[in-house]
Amino acid sequence: MTSLLNRKKQRVDELAESAGTSLAADALRRMSRSPVAIIGAVIVVAFVLLAILAPFLAPEDPYVRYPELLDQLRPDSIPGPQPGFLLGSDELGRDFFSRLLVGSQQSLIVGVGATLFGLVVGMAIGGLAGALGGWVDSALMRFTDILLSVPGLLLAISIAALAKKGSQTTVIIAVAVVSVPIFARLLRGAMLAQRHSDHVLAATSLGVKRKTIVFRHMLPNSLGPVIVQATLTLATSIIDAAALSFLGLGDPDPSRAEWGLMLGNSQRYFDVKPELAFYPAVAIIIVALGFTLLGESLREALDPKNRR
Amino acid sequence: MALLEVRDLRVVFQRKGSAPFTAVDGVSFDVDPGQTIGVVGESGCGKSVTSLAIMGLLPTRGNKVTGTVNFEGTDLLRLSKRQMRDRRGRDLGMVFQDPLSSLNPVIPIGLQVTEVLERHRDMSRRKAMIEAAELLDKVGIPDPKRRLDEYPHQLSGGMRQRALIAIALACQPRLLIADEPTTALDVTIQAQILSLLKELVQDTGTALIMITHDLGVVAGLCDEVNVLYGGRVVEKAQRHELFAQPRHPYTHGLLASIPRLDAPRGEKLVPIKGSVADNIPWDDGCAFAPRCPNALDVCREVTPPQEDQGGGRLLRCHNPVLPGTPAAQEVSA
Repeated sequence: MTSLLNRKKQRVDELAESAGTSLAADALRRMSRSPVAIIGAVIVVAFVLLAILAPFLAPEDPYVRYPELLDQLRPDSIPGPQPGFLLGSDELGRDFFSRLLVGSQQSLIVGVGATLFGLVVGMAIGGLAGALGGWVDSALMRFTDILLSVPGLLLAISIAALAKKGSQTTVIIAVAVVSVPIFARLLRGAMLAQRHSDHVLAATSLGVKRKTIVFRHMLPNSLGPVIVQATLTLATSIIDAAALSFLGLGDPDPSRAEWGLMLGNSQRYFDVKPELAFYPAVAIIIVALGFTLLGESLREALDPKNRR
Repeated sequence: MALLEVRDLRVVFQRKGSAPFTAVDGVSFDVDPGQTIGVVGESGCGKSVTSLAIMGLLPTRGNKVTGTVNFEGTDLLRLSKRQMRDRRGRDLGMVFQDPLSSLNPVIPIGLQVTEVLERHRDMSRRKAMIEAAELLDKVGIPDPKRRLDEYPHQLSGGMRQRALIAIALACQPRLLIADEPTTALDVTIQAQILSLLKELVQDTGTALIMITHDLGVVAGLCDEVNVLYGGRVVEKAQRHELFAQPRHPYTHGLLASIPRLDAPRGEKLVPIKGSVADNIPWDDGCAFAPRCPNALDVCREVTPPQEDQGGGRLLRCHNPVLPGTPAAQEVSA
């Protein structure tokens, strides 16, 4: 289903490019004029670039405990900024700045992975329900209702806790499951609205096959809110993943540089070096803010009411 | 034999927890090849439901369609979903009311035209595109090649309706149903679209069913007119006869309620009192009786039968309007 979706989407995109004034192009044009969208996009692009280039940008090895830092490490004092170590040491004598930089990788991988996972499964469920209707719809929607009835983070914690050993994959799955019902409902709702739309009726009156109606007429017109939700889900996924690591349900490897884990470990040293908590927290907030701003302005740009 | 014979078509909507609602109550009419017939009535009289029933486009659940719709000898109501899908677009076409919402906003016009050609005429995309440009040209869209790549929102209202007509006629269906095709357009564009439809019908010999509430549209286009009220045909006549001499008080009222150029200045328009009731009962008496200026006691007790007036004229009324009655008199009645 996904490959078909992608192909369809690609075709739609190609067609959009050829004429240059499709809905997507229109939305892009409108976004380029919105300051909020630009701020969001700048944050997101910077974050993605940082994450990809982190291994090259990091001045020191984030996993090595440096003797010069270890020497200064006392129970009541963690070394601060000094030449060679921009933000000083963490609680184990590693370079705090490099760990912060490399930590962005984990957030990106988990955020994108969980969102994609949730998107694919959610769209499959929602698409089936919306396209077929009837008892399939009822059954699938009852299932998503059950998922939705449990608060998101609680659900993620339960799923992460179910796994014997925490790992990046379990975090991704746990966070993704939370977004599955949201995507499913959103797509199903949009597809149902499309089903009763005039242009679908018109296509039906031409004897167009059901498959074509679903993939060419209903689905592309239902994707707008899903794309917006995906952008917003990136933000919540990053926060949820950090929360799981913070609670110790993430990757058990303590040497791993991960913002949530760093935040969790900093608790014990809060009175000694509050920056250990401050910087990862600020990083998470800024990244989440970036995706949220981008998502919100995307929502505005895709709103057909705003079309000229 | 007529191209399309609709006999005793009845559509009943069954809603859970409420009484069944009869939207179309025994409608019959014939359409010959090349003929244009009008189905006229106000909102809720069942005209759109009639057209959807003929096309087999009513939802599969929650309604019951009875009667027969014979198209070239085949009862469309008995066909399977698949058989009906093969016919739609190929033998039967339909044009809808709102040209913007009837086009898919995210794909270019060209793809929407070629879709039908690929579906029913097994054309390749390339060949279909050439054909599509010709079709758009035929319905009077300038620069059709460029339009193929454009999206519905880039076309004007009249152009969109032309494109929809091109799509509906792409496979040369023998019957075209136009459901209020000009309602969403302004008057000058209306006239253009109507003359386009007229031209296409004459050129191709396609039969046309014109569903409308606008008697002006009927006057310009239709050979025969069916006036619908409460799901039943209350009057059927040739266009000229109907306009010259409306017999049913409802038809008479409709004609009296539209302004005429040849009427004296300052003359008041005469509205029909009241509005359509939610569920119109034809069981005991005439459904129009509560609003009818000519209503007699019998109208409220006995359902008027459909009477043949000769010359293809049908009437369902106990106390028809006498020939030559001017509209103004009805106010005092």
